[in-house]
Amino acid sequence: MKYGYFPGCSLKGTGRAYEESLLPVMQHLGIEMRELDDWSCCGATAYMAVDEGKACALAARNLAIAEQEGHAQLMAPCSACYLVLNKTQHYMAEYGAMKRLVDKALGSVNLRVTRPTPVRHPLDVLLNDVGLEAVKQKVTHPLKGLKVAPYYGCQIVRPYSTFDDQADPQTMDRLLESLGATVVDWPLKTKCCGGSLTGTLPKAGLRLAYILLKEARKRGADVIATVCPLCQFNLDGYHDKIAARWEPVRIPTVYFSQLMGLAFGLPAGRLGLQRGFVPMKPLAAVTAA
Amino acid sequence: MAKQEQEVRIGFYVCHCGTNIAAMVDCPEVAQFVGTLPGVVLSKDYKYMCSDPGQELIQQDIREHRLNRVVVASCSPLLHEPTFRSATEKGGLNQFYFHMVNIREHDSWVHTDRAEATSKAKALAQAAVHRVAHHKPLETKRVSINPTTLVVGAGIAGIHAAMTIANSGKKVILVEREPTIGGHMAKFDKTFPTLDCAACILTPKMSDVGSHENIQVLSYSEVTKVDGFVGNYTVTVKRKPRYIDEEACIGCQDCIPACVFKQPKFADEFNEGLGKRRPVYIPFPQATPQIVAIDPNTCLNFKKGEDGGRVVSDKCKKTCVEACGDKNAIDFTQVERIEEYEVGSVIVATGFQTFDARRAPAYGYGRFPNVYTSLEIERLVNASGPTGGHVVMRDGKSEPRSVGIIHCVGSRDKKTNVWCSRVCCMYSMKLAHLLKEHTGAEIYNFYIDVRTPGKGYEEFYNKLLDEGVHFIRGRVGEVTDWAMTPDEEGKLVIRVEDTLAGYVRRIPVDMVVLATGLEPQQDAQDVRRMFNMSCGSEGFFLERHPKLAPVNTFNDGIYIAGACQGPKDIPDTVAQAGAAAAEVLALIDKGFVEQEPNTAFILEDECSGCKSCIPLCPYTAILFDEGKGRAYINEALCKGCGTCVGSCPSGSIVQNLFDDEEIFSEIEGVLAYE
Amino acid sequence: MSKEWKPRLVAFFCNWCTYTAADLAGVSRLKYAPNVRVIRLMCSGRIDPQFILEALTKGADGVLIGGCHPNDCHYVEGNYKMLRRFQLLKRMLGDMGIEPERVRLEWISAAEGEKVRRVVNEMTEQIANLGPLGMPGRFAEWDREVESLAAQIEAREGGGCGCGSSGAETAEKEVAHV
Repeated sequence: MKYGYFPGCSLKGTGRAYEESLLPVMQHLGIEMRELDDWSCCGATAYMAVDEGKACALAARNLAIAEQEGHAQLMAPCSACYLVLNKTQHYMAEYGAMKRLVDKALGSVNLRVTRPTPVRHPLDVLLNDVGLEAVKQKVTHPLKGLKVAPYYGCQIVRPYSTFDDQADPQTMDRLLESLGATVVDWPLKTKCCGGSLTGTLPKAGLRLAYILLKEARKRGADVIATVCPLCQFNLDGYHDKIAARWEPVRIPTVYFSQLMGLAFGLPAGRLGLQRGFVPMKPLAAVTAA
Repeated sequence: MAKQEQEVRIGFYVCHCGTNIAAMVDCPEVAQFVGTLPGVVLSKDYKYMCSDPGQELIQQDIREHRLNRVVVASCSPLLHEPTFRSATEKGGLNQFYFHMVNIREHDSWVHTDRAEATSKAKALAQAAVHRVAHHKPLETKRVSINPTTLVVGAGIAGIHAAMTIANSGKKVILVEREPTIGGHMAKFDKTFPTLDCAACILTPKMSDVGSHENIQVLSYSEVTKVDGFVGNYTVTVKRKPRYIDEEACIGCQDCIPACVFKQPKFADEFNEGLGKRRPVYIPFPQATPQIVAIDPNTCLNFKKGEDGGRVVSDKCKKTCVEACGDKNAIDFTQVERIEEYEVGSVIVATGFQTFDARRAPAYGYGRFPNVYTSLEIERLVNASGPTGGHVVMRDGKSEPRSVGIIHCVGSRDKKTNVWCSRVCCMYSMKLAHLLKEHTGAEIYNFYIDVRTPGKGYEEFYNKLLDEGVHFIRGRVGEVTDWAMTPDEEGKLVIRVEDTLAGYVRRIPVDMVVLATGLEPQQDAQDVRRMFNMSCGSEGFFLERHPKLAPVNTFNDGIYIAGACQGPKDIPDTVAQAGAAAAEVLALIDKGFVEQEPNTAFILEDECSGCKSCIPLCPYTAILFDEGKGRAYINEALCKGCGTCVGSCPSGSIVQNLFDDEEIFSEIEGVLAYE
Repeated sequence: MSKEWKPRLVAFFCNWCTYTAADLAGVSRLKYAPNVRVIRLMCSGRIDPQFILEALTKGADGVLIGGCHPNDCHYVEGNYKMLRRFQLLKRMLGDMGIEPERVRLEWISAAEGEKVRRVVNEMTEQIANLGPLGMPGRFAEWDREVESLAAQIEAREGGGCGCGSSGAETAEKEVAHV
């Protein structure tokens, strides 16, 4: 299985632990990921709100490169990239004006989008292309006794529900179960993590992060597993502020790919686990407790 | 060339249909153009051709101008062809000297450019003028009507239709796939807006049906095949084995408590799984017929067979058989029986299914025990329900002190079903009233719009407001067990944007009721195929015309009634069932139908005897005369599709009303105008 | 064809599904291209390939056939019979140099008014891109060719020769037959 790989800015910066864990895990499963040459910003967050046309043109540039490099499918692990790339394809198919605008912009740099390259999320690939049986076969260190709260965030299921249910997504639940972990059933799987409000309007943003952390602890989770660099950052990075404002709700937030790496027996030091502010306890400690 | 004996004199009429046609098609211009075509003696435009004066105009012109062909350009022939044929006949011509042009549905209503629409109308009119010159006089064939009627589905619609027909002295065969008749209505407690008890209305009707000398009830049976045509259908019915001899069972029900299962153990379908039953059971006390059934999936006397079905194991002590004694009604050797019935017309009243609440996962049905569907609540508030009308939650003891009723679950939603299910607002309010009456709980209704279009319905809504039931306007986002405050602990929290108050609210409740919408039955498509009907895009059976033929289908002799045609409440269902019964009685009383003479025949002199047409006919209407070495068509069996005509290599088969001459001239005519 | 050329489509719709669907499109006031002219038949099974050829010959730029979905035919299987003939005809049209897009078969149920709109619009656009088929013009041209050929032969052989004139006659007859 081969996929073009669009890392986006986060996986090279604040979310580098995601890339550090995802690449070896995928390689371990025999999946080839080739990073796009000269990729650019996906057009996410503020850009989309300010000027949809330019945001789409940016996203489409990456789609054009993927097509040019001959990738049949493109993997976008960051939720924001995943959404914007999908949205751009949707807009181009649906709105002639947008397609013309994007075509013109790309034309000025001799690029073209001629066909929709499917943009895939790693969870989608793992469940629907690789299959849980193949994942299970690679598990050498089952996460027995580890209680994980799967946290999907908003962007991979809304507004498009391409591979999972919008209200009650299940793919990460099934994946974590196949790693031997105990999945904590909690109702906030797709609630807002605070998004960019943690930076711009901390009073509102931090409260949202606090609600999530509190509920996960209340439901007895040892760790929150996420798919999104921004979610991970918001849930992991503001514990002092949250403690000062409300109460301490310390609980680690990691990427699902890091948990996969642990279960596959890949060296813990090479999965980016050291980068979290709230460290995840060594597995043995969890299992023993 | 017999038709050339007389000169062709065509009268052409173009209808304005008020402004329906005239707004987009220049009718005087069309009339003027057609008037210049050869053979056209007069050409007129008129406001409403289908009106009495319009029809009179045709008749008068036929007489005064010695017309021998008539063409009307107006709406779809599926709507008014019979009207104009009859006017033609009244004017003294054979009705098949008429042809119709559709310039409304196929032209003025679908185009936006008046010049284009007008030239299309001219082209279509010219085609008809060319075609009609080749028309021949034909006679309709009379087919007698078998006076027995089949009613499929014995809910309130089927029951009412069957009773109406049977009371006029005609025989009815009423088929129901469940072990008892009664349908959904039998499960309801009260009916809105009068709050009279559903059982008090329905059960007397059920027993009347059961004992009516003109009604044969085939319960636990399904129609599997329908052959024939209006007036004479042969219907195949599968009688599922209930392992009870229906003649011998007297309905004493002694076998039920005698069952080896001392306690009822299996989910009771009639009570929506809220109660339990034994393998030998009667769905509910007033079930009709009063005959028990044995469920082979749970009865110990059955085991899994090799093909996955159930076969008799004879492993049980059969205490039920002992209890039955010399009545000997229990018969484990029963197998499925196939029976055939001859009927003249059919009423399809197969009802609806409710939306599966699991398809709206945000509302937590199946995840949170105290989220209920509305049908479950119907059973819970019902005095003959699993709790005897005592409203308790899934733990079996605690009463809810607050209940949230969520409207439009699986209705008015692009993600599931887009249509309004019409009954949910009213039944939600009815359940709100009943729940409040039974428990005194605080009741919250969450609605998008409250829709109360029915007699006494708005008044019922006002009554509920007076009773202090809360109405919150907003589509519920989710039902969750996520508590943010101590009073939310242990409750179900309904999160909703209150669009009147203008903010997002969290309402903690003990019990949530989902007002699930109405959908077509799972097997509606199979039923549609079997009876040769059509379905609308949402899957409900399609009526022939919403206003002019609301209970007819496109297949003559097949009628529809009740919620299988679209969501509707009990009053509307009963009214429609009565209408369908009236259509059937009209057909029976007339005694015959005139069949469209569009059958095919073979020109003996031209047939080469190649036999290639014979296997093409699905009705085996084509036979071979070995003596003459020619094929011939049994007209009585021919349904007039024309498939043999289209494939005859020597062109020796002719279809009346659609012969080659007529069609070729229509093709030529349609292209003659630029 | 003095004015600007616009595609002309002839459609053969079965009474039970596609014709009803077109009625539904009307009742729903869906708007579509005015280029199609519908001929109603009881069943798509009635459609003789000659109808399609005749329509093209008499000036249609495309022919649309509408029948019930597989399994839904009012007459059990007329639509399958049509499908078989259609496949053969398609092959033949290819040999005649007629683009395959000019003749299209669609299953459209009574509920699919929207599909009528879509298919008619799509096909109108496709045919507009292909340009006129112009069969009547081509026939006229062939007639002229045959005539001039006959004239040449006549001139060369002095008109008295039986074989020349009979050749021309045969050609004329063929033309007339078409």
